[in-house]
Amino acid sequence: MKRLLYELSESWKIAVAQMRSNKTRSTLTALGVIIGIVAVTLMGTAIAGIQVGFDKSMAIFGDDVLYVSQWPWKPVNDWWNYRDRKKIKTEYADPINRIIAATPNSNLVIAVPTSSLLRSVKHGQSEVSNVLIRGTVSDYLITSTFDFKEGRFFNDVESRGGANVCVIGYDVADALFPSESPIDKSVLINGQPFRIVGLISRQGTFLGLFSLDSIVVMPLPAFQKYFSAKSDSDILVKVKDKTKLAEARDELTGIMRRVRGLPPEKRDDFSINEQQALKSTLDPIKNSIAIAGLFVTGLSLFVGAIGIMNITFVSVKERTREIGTRKALGARRRTILLQFLIESTSLCLLGGLIGLGIAYLMCTGIGKAFPSFPVRFSLGLVLVSMAVSILTGLFSGFAPAWSASRLDPVAALRYE
Amino acid sequence: MTSDTRSAEPIIIDIENITKDYVMGEEVVRALRGVSLQIRSNEYLAIMGPSGSGKSTLMNMLGCLDTPSSGRYEFNGRDVSSMTDDELACIRNREIGFVFQTFNLLPRADSLRNVELPLVYAGINPETRRERAEQVLREVGLADRLHHKPNELSGGQRQRVAIARALVNDPSIILADEPTGNLDSKTGDEIMTLFESLYQRGHIIILVTHEADIAHHARRTVRLRDGLIESDDGGFGGVDILPVEGQLEPAGFR
Repeated sequence: MKRLLYELSESWKIAVAQMRSNKTRSTLTALGVIIGIVAVTLMGTAIAGIQVGFDKSMAIFGDDVLYVSQWPWKPVNDWWNYRDRKKIKTEYADPINRIIAATPNSNLVIAVPTSSLLRSVKHGQSEVSNVLIRGTVSDYLITSTFDFKEGRFFNDVESRGGANVCVIGYDVADALFPSESPIDKSVLINGQPFRIVGLISRQGTFLGLFSLDSIVVMPLPAFQKYFSAKSDSDILVKVKDKTKLAEARDELTGIMRRVRGLPPEKRDDFSINEQQALKSTLDPIKNSIAIAGLFVTGLSLFVGAIGIMNITFVSVKERTREIGTRKALGARRRTILLQFLIESTSLCLLGGLIGLGIAYLMCTGIGKAFPSFPVRFSLGLVLVSMAVSILTGLFSGFAPAWSASRLDPVAALRYE
Repeated sequence: MTSDTRSAEPIIIDIENITKDYVMGEEVVRALRGVSLQIRSNEYLAIMGPSGSGKSTLMNMLGCLDTPSSGRYEFNGRDVSSMTDDELACIRNREIGFVFQTFNLLPRADSLRNVELPLVYAGINPETRRERAEQVLREVGLADRLHHKPNELSGGQRQRVAIARALVNDPSIILADEPTGNLDSKTGDEIMTLFESLYQRGHIIILVTHEADIAHHARRTVRLRDGLIESDDGGFGGVDILPVEGQLEPAGFR
């Protein structure tokens, strides 16, 4: 056991000396492994990043809220069955709430209407464009989770009366009121002044693609008064128990059919969406990244392994006399086998480390260039890369190491 | 030294009628055709012969690098001919020190690490290894060359490192194959002096050479020709007392 340890440390020293004296050759040989590890790391980072970003963004939607919308969130193949659907009206909220109230043991809590479109928001000389303007009621707070950095949400009275008040998102405040509190200031939207009563804390971005903080929320009657024309409306329905989402969904479908007055033979002409549906739209993206990544990784690791196998064969040939000498001095088959396995493995590990370094720099670079893109460089990824490198090294080194260990010492010593 | 005191020494190597055949393409080369030889402790032996006489094959056999095709080889009472590769490696490691014509040092390792190598394979711990290697290098006169790599040493110094490496595990036999073949005559003489002192200290020295000058340093000369022992002076000053049939034992040894 101790002997094995000494042999291992000796082999390690030889391997390091070998790589040092053949720097160019070692680096070139390790190139395949370097590329493979960069590919596997970037792929892992991208997948993990998308997952983390998605989960973070999903939290804003809430996992206990159903969305009654005109279209499903999932892509569909039979789009012609959907194209004639009527819009969802904010007025549906009242009848839905009445039915919920009249149903004993309903799985639903409350329905909240929302209506949104994109507009510019001005204050003095400053202007922010493409801000999501959303009209809703004061109960919106029940279905959507967010905190206020300053101020408050509009109250029930303002909500019903359609007062010209609003709460603004972090980005809007940052652009229009960089050095002062926005509370009680007013902004112009479509030429109409709205008094700011609250500032929503920073929400971040959705998948790093667009900001969730570029938003203005106002009472629905005010919204309808000024912007009703091309807005999209949804009804948000809070579920009592998120473990009974399916039952809640069925109940809501029934209610919506009643509200829309659909006869039994007709199909649903609305969609009930949930966070989960969005999640499943992400799977194909993750899968295709994984497949592409695995392909690139597998190919470059395979090429890298062949390269390392080749160079280890060369190394065995070059050092045949050395192998003979070692055998004459008492090296056993195992010793020689281990020595060359360690050489090929350390070459792969070197490649793996360089690859990790490059991948880390690239991730940091991407993170710097696009701060909103969720890059995740994890310890797990490092361990996986190292394991892959070691396995590649063992795989590629085995055949040459085996042939070296089987060399006849007499022939090896005589080899010119 | 008389034959009486010599025969009292224990037999270390006992070879009986060994043969070795090589297949070269379609031809079978009979490198050894039946060689018997006994070597006792504290012998200084030269194996001579022209090229193709089988002396290299015999040396490989004696050094446990190769096993005979037939015949018996006992090393210190253990049957070598039936040993596995790894058992042979163990014998080579502990019992035999090799000195090669071309030195065969590891080019990227300094003198110390070269000399330590057999100790690594013997499973000796690093501290003892270093200590022992330093001591042996000092004994061969290289105390000031411990950290030199082979390419920073002269030929004679390289051969001294190789001898130190052969000695480091305190083997019973030093097996030297043309040890002065790559050295000028002055350096060669120095190396032969070193072998003489090792012999005086009780190591068995087996020289394989084709140079009579070198063989003269030995106490006993065995000549090979065509795979057979042509003569073995049995340690009596170069007189061929037993010509032709190598299978016979030198008379004085029984």
